[in-house]
Amino acid sequence: MSLSFLLLAVAALCALSFYFGRQRAVALSGGRHSNLHSLPVHYGAYTAAWCGLPALALLLIWYMFQGSVIEALIVSDLPQEILEDSGRLSLALNSISLIAAGNGQHLSVEPEIVDAGRRLANIQTIASAALVVVMLSGAVLGLSLSYRKITADMRARNNIERIARYVMIACSAIAILSTVGIVFSLLFEALHFFTKINPLEFLFGLEWSPQTAIRADQVASEGAFGAIPLFVGTLLITLIAMCVAVPIGLFSAVYMGEYASPKFRAIAKPALEILAGVPTVVYGFFAALTVAPFLRDNGAILGLDVSSESALAAGLVMGIMIIPFVSSLSDDVMSQVPKSLRDGSYGLGATKSETIRNVIFPAALPGIVGAVLLAVSRAIGETMIVVMAAGLAANMTANPLQAVTTVTVQIVTLLVGDQEFDSAKTLSAFALGLVLFLVTLGLNVFALKVVQKYREKYD
Amino acid sequence: MTDMASLMEDRAAAKVISDNLRKPVDWDSPKIARNIKKRYAAERRFKMYGLVAIGIALLALCMLATSIGSKGYSAFYQTYVQLEVHFDPAVIDPDGTGDPAVIGRANFDGLIKQSLRDRFPDVTSRSDKRDLYGIVSGGASYDLRERVLENPSLIGQTRTIWLISGDDFDMLNKGYIDPTVAEGDRRLNDQEVSWYNELVEAGAVEKQFHTRFFTSGDSREPELAGIWGAAVGSFYTLLVTLALSFPIGVLAAVYLEEFAPKNRFTQIVEVNINNLAAVPSIVFGLLGLEVYLNVMHLPRSAPVVGGLTLALMTLPTIIIASRAAIKAVPPSIRQAALGLGASPVQTVTHHVLPLAMPGILTGTIIGMAQALGETAPLLMIGMVAFIVDIPGGALDPATVLPVQIYLWADSPERAFVEKTSAAIMVLLAFLVLMNGLAVYLRKKFERKW
Amino acid sequence: MAAVSQSAMAAKPSVENPKMTARNLDLFYSDNQALYEVDLDIAEKQVTALIGPSGCGKSTFLRCLNRMNDTIDGVTIKGEVTLDGRDIYDKRIDVVQLRARIGMVFQKPNPFPKSIYDNVAYGPRIHGLVNSRDELDEIVMTSLERAGLLKEVKDRLQSPATGLSGGQQQRLCIARAVAVSPEVILMDEPCSALDPIATAKVEELIDELRSNYTIVIVTHSMQQAARVSQRTAFFHLGKLVEVGETDQIFTNPKDERTKGYITGRFG
Repeated sequence: MSLSFLLLAVAALCALSFYFGRQRAVALSGGRHSNLHSLPVHYGAYTAAWCGLPALALLLIWYMFQGSVIEALIVSDLPQEILEDSGRLSLALNSISLIAAGNGQHLSVEPEIVDAGRRLANIQTIASAALVVVMLSGAVLGLSLSYRKITADMRARNNIERIARYVMIACSAIAILSTVGIVFSLLFEALHFFTKINPLEFLFGLEWSPQTAIRADQVASEGAFGAIPLFVGTLLITLIAMCVAVPIGLFSAVYMGEYASPKFRAIAKPALEILAGVPTVVYGFFAALTVAPFLRDNGAILGLDVSSESALAAGLVMGIMIIPFVSSLSDDVMSQVPKSLRDGSYGLGATKSETIRNVIFPAALPGIVGAVLLAVSRAIGETMIVVMAAGLAANMTANPLQAVTTVTVQIVTLLVGDQEFDSAKTLSAFALGLVLFLVTLGLNVFALKVVQKYREKYD
Repeated sequence: MTDMASLMEDRAAAKVISDNLRKPVDWDSPKIARNIKKRYAAERRFKMYGLVAIGIALLALCMLATSIGSKGYSAFYQTYVQLEVHFDPAVIDPDGTGDPAVIGRANFDGLIKQSLRDRFPDVTSRSDKRDLYGIVSGGASYDLRERVLENPSLIGQTRTIWLISGDDFDMLNKGYIDPTVAEGDRRLNDQEVSWYNELVEAGAVEKQFHTRFFTSGDSREPELAGIWGAAVGSFYTLLVTLALSFPIGVLAAVYLEEFAPKNRFTQIVEVNINNLAAVPSIVFGLLGLEVYLNVMHLPRSAPVVGGLTLALMTLPTIIIASRAAIKAVPPSIRQAALGLGASPVQTVTHHVLPLAMPGILTGTIIGMAQALGETAPLLMIGMVAFIVDIPGGALDPATVLPVQIYLWADSPERAFVEKTSAAIMVLLAFLVLMNGLAVYLRKKFERKW
Repeated sequence: MAAVSQSAMAAKPSVENPKMTARNLDLFYSDNQALYEVDLDIAEKQVTALIGPSGCGKSTFLRCLNRMNDTIDGVTIKGEVTLDGRDIYDKRIDVVQLRARIGMVFQKPNPFPKSIYDNVAYGPRIHGLVNSRDELDEIVMTSLERAGLLKEVKDRLQSPATGLSGGQQQRLCIARAVAVSPEVILMDEPCSALDPIATAKVEELIDELRSNYTIVIVTHSMQQAARVSQRTAFFHLGKLVEVGETDQIFTNPKDERTKGYITGRFG
């Protein structure tokens, strides 16, 4: 039985229990609803909740553990020599799951592996059957227990509302859970990485070449994991992006807010916002196939040696992407400058631009700084543009015409394709991810604080 | 009274000053006039900067659109070549069984090669023949098979048929390969170009609307590759995302806006939501990789994992939008309901939520549009695999539209450039549709309290 | 003052040698008319008080006098306003210069988020009134002195103006207006956000300034109008009901509506 059928079955059971609960309440009331504490619907909802929620909770718990339990079962039966070699182990696990899925005919593997594959298929069948049984019995159990508890003076409404409140709290807690999940998954693998590589070497090393040998027979250099070139590359591209986005974004916000006629604004504002809605992969394509060749060819005319994966191309396009972000945030901030300040300036005979430059900008400065910081954090975390338009070579350079690489590019490169969760190469992606997360988090928290303080000032 | 005393003092001081009053400013003096002129020039300059800034942004948008449009429009058409194909019974069904299984196994590729050889009989050398076979796509044999299976009476006949051409030939026909440049600098040699010219003169080359682009999955051959697989993958992924993030997001928003006491838990939740909204998407990919794949062992490359990952990403968007919509419902409505004896939950479900629903839906659609365009986190969870089959469910390996675009953009074949641009156009069309729907909803249900 | 008051006829809008005049002034916010055919003269070097119930158009009228209404979308004005006999709505009149000649002080103190010094120096700087730092220093000092603020702030001219108390901020705004040597100063309920002591100081200051400037003040408080002004104009529902010597308006109003307002029957 597939998962969707199972969910449908549970939903049907819920509907059924709603009906039962409601019927029972109606029966108990003897036709007069005033004999009941709550409306019949509440009794129905009560039984339905007690039927569906335990089943869903069981499903969730089941899925959290099923994978690791089954893997442990399979691995424990594998021969010792496979277990000792992590490379072989992951290869073996791959083959086993292929065989289990029925796609392993062409594999030439040891008989133990084939056996294990069959066993895995077996276990999987048993597991999914067991899941069905467990879930459905949970649902039926909840249904029958709650059904029996229904009496005329049971406070069904209060009960169901309490359940609703808990469900809502659980939903709100997911925000916390995902943060915790991010922190733990990054931290776990990053710490794993730091047992192999010295954190200081990672944070302050000047050389980055993570291509280590995955298997012993491969010829490869000893990997170097100094992340400074990545940080430099990220900062370079971010800087270029900011040089584009901040002036253009700020000036468009000023023009939109202070000068533009309503008609112009009605057209230009949504047009600018389109820039924010374009997927980043489209910008990446644009940067790699249009902007980069354009820069290279024109650079060649000027006698400049522009790399075809120059930081400039990626930075320019990223800047364009961020323009609407800067412009809408600073528009917000500047429109919060109280009208009385403008009036004061106009009343002294200042022109519009004098008022903007001398009164509104200084008054809005903290908010604008916050907006720029948020934009910086976005640029640092941006992935697709740099993956497609920036290079892979970890150059330490401040020359925007050369190719640089960034933290996000390396994370993608390291994790797309072969993943080896005990090689420093794969794990380093998580260490980079941790740095990325902490830096952007810090920037965001700080920027939000600045903006908030600013808002309070003029509220 | 000290205040009075200081007042008197101030007053005395002011009197002294007013005696040596400055002369009134002569506003008509040339110096002031010059200054005014300068100030107005500065004003015009400043205004122009603003206009230039908007101009640059809009220009960038236009360049983006033209660059994609001009590269991609040709992908909606595909070059077909007309050939005379003899449906040789000896090849298709030597024993005359008429059994579809036998016909299905037949070497239709051979038929096409034979008709190509017949069309250009003077091609003899092996390498020339290989070039010759490149005129027609490797996928054309499937089309032939379909044709014969549908209409077995074709066997034994000779028909003039339009066959889908190979990608280089297609590029030449669309003008992307310039036959005037030196032979070594282009993908097709002189002989191939001359074949092309001969076919064109015979009227045997034609561009047709490329339905296959919309109906098939990915392929290594550009002319056979389509976006349907990715579109279906996107659909399943978004379905999972929506199924999770909408109920969870709305419930969380309702709780935070209507029920949550002002305590530490609520505060932490709010801080978390704000920060999650700004976490780089790739970090969500790392989370998905670690939690869903490494810990929970969910299937790699499956839309369900993509959906789970994107759900966490869109959750803050939906929560923030829903909270704004709920907040916009005036308190008087709640008071009216509560005053009639409705419980808080009833007040919310009967009154507040229905009134806030347009705003919530608008926010949800915008969140979904973001999820539809998201690429980076899906690369982390293996949705970047090369998948030919159309996924049949949320657990099948799949890819999504933006990742398909990324994959094609990475492909070296010239013909994939136009496919990529065309796929971008399709993706943008979906996004425009979704955002348009959101705008429509907002306009239609906009309410001034 | 004596000469003016003798020749002025009670309840007559015109005065001899008015600094500013308004004739047949109509004002519309989009489609709503806010002022109806207002005729009013502003006498030179006097304080003219505009009184009336909320929403009667007195602030709107005040903002017509230095074209501050230009900054609001959808405002149309008919009629004529003159300064020294020249129509200020004439196309040749530069609004930037006009506002320098007719300064304005607002209801809520609105110092710029800059230092005290920079607040006062703002006007002279943008209008290019000074050639040297010394000259600017002098203007700042004189203006602060004139606003009765110098003693309180002379040791902290570089500290932010937002740190001053409400009354100090309002006097700073007056100093800021004075610094460009305006001929007329418009005050829009300058004391409504201040406590009584600060109000007393500002009122005192207004009385001082009268010797050098023509002042028009909008006020909600009839006592204030009686204390500081020589002429008073009563507005009601966008119309100028009555104008005359302050003494006459308060002791012997001609119009029933004025009487009703003054005696507190409505307002």
